[in-house]
Amino acid sequence: MSSMIGDVRATVPRAAWWVICIALTVMFLYPIYVMLAMAFKGPAEAGLIPPTLFPNDLSLANFRRLGSVQGLNVFGNVLNSVWVTLGATVGTVVLSTLAGYAFARARFPGSGILFFLALATFMIPFQAVITPLFKVMQVLHLNNSLLGLAIVYITFNLPFGLFIMRNSFAALPASLEEAALVDGCGILGAIRSVLLPVVMPGVITTALLTFFATWNEFFAALILITDQDKFTLPVTLTLVSSGQFGTVNWGSLQAGVALTIVPCIIVYVLLQRYYVSGMLSGALK
Amino acid sequence: MTSLAPGRALRAAEPSAPPTRGPRRRRASSRRSLLGLAMASPALLLISVFFLIPVVLTFWMSLHNWPLLGNPRFIGLDNYTRALGDDNFRSALKFTLIYTVVITPVLLVLGLFLALLVRRPVRGARFFQSVYFMPVCIGLASGSFLWLYLGQSQIGPLFDLLRRVGLVNSSSNLFAGGSTALGLVIAMVTWKVVGLQMLLLLSGLQSIPDEVVEASRIDGAGLWQRFLHITLPLLRPTLALVLVFSVAGSLLAFDQFFIMTGGGPSNSTITAVYQIYRISFNGFRLGYGAALSVLLMIILAAVSAVQMLLLRNTDHN
Repeated sequence: MSSMIGDVRATVPRAAWWVICIALTVMFLYPIYVMLAMAFKGPAEAGLIPPTLFPNDLSLANFRRLGSVQGLNVFGNVLNSVWVTLGATVGTVVLSTLAGYAFARARFPGSGILFFLALATFMIPFQAVITPLFKVMQVLHLNNSLLGLAIVYITFNLPFGLFIMRNSFAALPASLEEAALVDGCGILGAIRSVLLPVVMPGVITTALLTFFATWNEFFAALILITDQDKFTLPVTLTLVSSGQFGTVNWGSLQAGVALTIVPCIIVYVLLQRYYVSGMLSGALK
Repeated sequence: MTSLAPGRALRAAEPSAPPTRGPRRRRASSRRSLLGLAMASPALLLISVFFLIPVVLTFWMSLHNWPLLGNPRFIGLDNYTRALGDDNFRSALKFTLIYTVVITPVLLVLGLFLALLVRRPVRGARFFQSVYFMPVCIGLASGSFLWLYLGQSQIGPLFDLLRRVGLVNSSSNLFAGGSTALGLVIAMVTWKVVGLQMLLLLSGLQSIPDEVVEASRIDGAGLWQRFLHITLPLLRPTLALVLVFSVAGSLLAFDQFFIMTGGGPSNSTITAVYQIYRISFNGFRLGYGAALSVLLMIILAAVSAVQMLLLRNTDHN
C-alpha cells in the first residue's frame, strides 16, 4: 500500500475516522431527511413550534394542498418540467452526437475553428447574455414558450455535449468504422449500429449532465417564462414560498421541494458512475 | 419539438450517405466533409442564434436606451458613464465580491479536508464519497427553498437546533440580519457544492505519485511537513482549477439570494446578476441592463485571466 495512506491510517485511528465520516454523513443527509419528514407531515403537525423531528403519522395532505396553492396547477408544472427536461436532454444528445462525430471524423473546412468557437462559449456565462437573449426570443416568438425554453437549454448544454461526444468519437479506432462501411452500412448506419454502442458512456454522461442542469435550472426559466401555467417546477416554488394571504405553507413548500429533489437523487444513485466521470472529464479538460 | 433540427440534418445528409459507390477518393472525401458540415450545422446554428448573437447584441444594446416596448434610441456610452456612478450597482458589486471572498476559502478548505478524509482504500470511503457528493445533483434553487425552511424563525428545524444550543433566541430571525442571512446562504451553498470540490481535489491527490511522498518520508519529513511542502505544491494546478470554479460560480450568484433573502434585509444582499435582473426585468431598462452585463463580463474575464496565469505558472512542475 502507498506510504501516504499508511501515514493517514497511523495518525488518524480507524475508529476516529469512522466517527468523523459518519458525523459528516449525518450532516449532509440531515437537510434531505428534514425535507422528506416535513413533506409527509399532517397539516397540524407541520405547523408545530418547535418542529418535531419524526413525523407522528404520515400524510399526503401537503402534496394535495400543493395542488391548490394560489390557483396553481402544480402537477401541470411538474409536467412542464418533465417535457422541457426530456426535450432538452434528447435534443442535446442528438445534436451533440451528430456534431461530435462530424468534428472528430468528418471534418470540413473551418471545422476546427467552429469547434473551438463552440467550446469558447463555455467562457461566457449565460447570465451575462440573458437580457439580449430575452430580446432574441421575443423576435422569434419563442418567449414565454416551453419549446423556446427547451431550445435555450439545448444551446446552453451543447458546448459540453460537443466536447464529450467529439472526444468519444475521436478515441475510437478508424478501423471500426471502416469495417462497418465495408459491411455495406452507410455512414449514418455505421454510426447508429456500430459506433453508437461504443460511445454509449459519452451519450449517457451528456444526457445526465443535461438532465440535472435542465431539471434544476432557475434563472432562465424565471425570465423567459411569464405565464404561471407554463412555469417549470423550480419557478413554481417561488409562488408557493411567497405564500397565500401572507402565510407560507411550509409543508406544501417542502412537498414541492421533494418533488424537485427526489428525481435527481434517484437518478444520481442509479447512474452516479457516469455522472461523476462526466464531471471529472469536463472539469479536467 | 427537438426532433426538428436533427431531422433536418439527417435529411440533408442522406443523399451523400453511401460512400461505397464513389470510386474516386477525392469525391468520397468531399462528400464526407459535406456530410460533416450537415451533421454539425444544427448544433452550430443553435449556438449562433441563441448564444453568439446575444453576446454581440449585448454590446449593441448597451449603447442604446432600450425599453421593453417602443423604439430603442442610440445614446453612445451614456449607459456606461451612468453605471460608473451608480451606487446600487457599485454596492451590488461590492457585496458580490464580499460573498466570493468569504465563501471561496470555506469551499477550498472544506473540500480539501473531505478529499483527504475519503482518500482511503477502505470500503466505506467510496460510500462516504458518494454521500458527500450527493447534494451536487440537487438544484441550487431547490436547495435554497429547502434551507429557507431550515433556517426559518421558530418553525425551521435548523433554527430550532441553534436555539437549543443557545446560539439564537426564539424571537430572532436569521433572515433579518445581513450577516446571519449571508451565513445561512453560505452554509447552504457549501452543503450543495463542496462535494464537487472534494471530488476534483481527490482526483488531483490521486495523480500525485506515491514515490515522491515516500521519498520525502524516508528523508525524514513529518506528516505536516509533507503536506505543506510536497502534497500542497503538487496539488496547486487542481487547487487553481477548483478556485476558478468557485470564484466564477460565486461572482454569478443569483438563485440563492433571490430565493433565500430576496436581496434583503434592506437590499444588502443583492448580487451583480441580481441587480442586472432588477434593472432589465423589473425596471425594463434593457439597454442599461446590457451595459451592466458587459461590465460584469469584463470583470469576470479579468478575474479568469488572473487565475489562468496562476494555472499556467504551476502547470510545468
